[in-house]
Amino acid sequence: MLASTSRTAMNDEGRHSVSFDVHRVRDDFPILKRRIRGRPLVYLDSAASAQKPKAVLDAMQVAQETIYANVHRGVHTLSQEATDAFEAAREKLRAFINAASADEIIFVRGATEGINLVAATYARKFLSAGDEIILSELEHHSNIVPWQLLQAEKGIVIKVAPIDDDGNFLLPAFERLLSPRTRLVAVTHVSNALGTVTPVRAIIEAAHRAGAKVLLDGCQAVPHLAVDMQALDVDFYAFSGHKMYGPTGIGVLYGKKELLATMPPYQGGGEMISTVTFAKSTFKEPPHRFEAGTPAIVEAIGLGAAADYLTALGREAVRAHEQALLAYASQRVSALPGLQIVGRAAEKAAIVSFVMEGVHAHDIGTILDRAGIAVRAGHHCAQPLMERLGLAATARASFGLYNTMEDVDALADALKIVREIFA
Amino acid sequence: MLDELRELYQEVILDHGRSPRNFRRLADPAHHAHGQNPMCGDTLDVYLKLGADGTIEDVAFEGKGCAISMASASLMTETLKGRQITEAERMFDAFHRLCTEESFDAATAGVDEDALERLQVLAGVRAFPVRVKCATLAWHTMKAALEGGATVTTE
Ligand SMILES: Cc1ncc(COP(=O)(O)O)c(C=O)c1O
Repeated sequence: MLASTSRTAMNDEGRHSVSFDVHRVRDDFPILKRRIRGRPLVYLDSAASAQKPKAVLDAMQVAQETIYANVHRGVHTLSQEATDAFEAAREKLRAFINAASADEIIFVRGATEGINLVAATYARKFLSAGDEIILSELEHHSNIVPWQLLQAEKGIVIKVAPIDDDGNFLLPAFERLLSPRTRLVAVTHVSNALGTVTPVRAIIEAAHRAGAKVLLDGCQAVPHLAVDMQALDVDFYAFSGHKMYGPTGIGVLYGKKELLATMPPYQGGGEMISTVTFAKSTFKEPPHRFEAGTPAIVEAIGLGAAADYLTALGREAVRAHEQALLAYASQRVSALPGLQIVGRAAEKAAIVSFVMEGVHAHDIGTILDRAGIAVRAGHHCAQPLMERLGLAATARASFGLYNTMEDVDALADALKIVREIFA
Repeated sequence: MLDELRELYQEVILDHGRSPRNFRRLADPAHHAHGQNPMCGDTLDVYLKLGADGTIEDVAFEGKGCAISMASASLMTETLKGRQITEAERMFDAFHRLCTEESFDAATAGVDEDALERLQVLAGVRAFPVRVKCATLAWHTMKAALEGGATVTTE
């Protein structure tokens, strides 16, 4: 498994090593100059939230200093310019995920709101008692709880596709869960807790054959992989800006145009209406139908800049760099005595979850923090997954495009200190 | 860096974390509560057996969690056995202050000074504010058990 990942990484590196200079890339991220308790920051928590490059910070500041006003409602120049910048950001996100049309890009607060939007509009309208939704054991709470809320309301049935002990999504078992009552398959593209990349093409094909729609939680996929809505033929795709080096408070729900057209509004208010009378209101076409109220204008512009930034670096170059980090980190961490990597799927993004014999993840997190290393310790908002694996918690090092091989060495050295303290 | 860590992870804590004392369920506990720390998933159950005169005749716990939370629960059970309920409640307050107040003075706390001295090993959490909840979870759960059960969380 590892051999094959590192082989791809090296091939790609061969092609990209000239263009991807991680030390130059690091200069784009002001926060990486911070010191934590006198030590250089080693940020290994990008899966929780990624740091922001200057390009994003500047785009937001410049927008506020030069073209800021409310959007879609002014005749004045600034409002027009702000509207243009906001809609230009939508077009950037369209290109970023290769959607067929910018009208398929709905700005939301993040993946959580995107998933809730699908539950509250599409699923609430088209699913009824006894209809089935399939999730997987890998899901983040944000792709579990909205469906449970709908279940309580409508009596839909939730089925859960299994994984194996390495965290691989089990395609045949998933296919056996599909039935004529399956209306929606809602699964993650990349697991935030284990790094597993799920076989999304096969999942989508099988679901479509069974007549079901597919919603992918792309939160952890977009920072690491190039995603292509048209090639995937996915029905809905949700992700958060802050995990792809953009700001908080903004994210995207992609939806196929023909599906969005059938869906009722999500929230009511300004921006989303065509006409309002006390007798009746009519609603705008998608995407604006789903964007009630003043949107996160500046954040959308920042997210557009983040998409540009990733594209300019080269998605393949980023992937190759991160795969090399993953291979090296997997090797260094698993070589330490008493350490075990949790999640050894055949295809992974640069996330390394691990447990250490006799030491709770929380204690690992505290000790690493003293060494300037930021990792996450806990259940990673995936309690059912932890239960499936028989674990209360793991420590998780998640890598971003700005991490280096030296960061991996720092992690391994600090883990040795953990061992010493708990010896 | 190591000094502060060694201050937190003292030998006593590592020992109690590895092999917690009174780690069992009481057969017929008059008082029981379940405690959890939602942020990290730590959970524990505290059981108390009380005498007619308000003495804590037996106290035990079960649970999963980090070294700090397990050691704190273990030390708590050792500390409370044989004491009066009223004193346990005063010790709850004193322990909380010990974990959070830099200038806390055991002599002024109005509880058994020697007992508090033994709990002093947990004062290292003061330098680690996010870990205070780990140290106090057992005590909150104990207090909830005395007050009639239910579930407490540290949120
Ligand atoms: C896989 C996955 N899905 C959904 C979410 C929720 O994202 P947000 O909190 O930005 O809405 C996260 C973030 O933690 C995640 O990792």
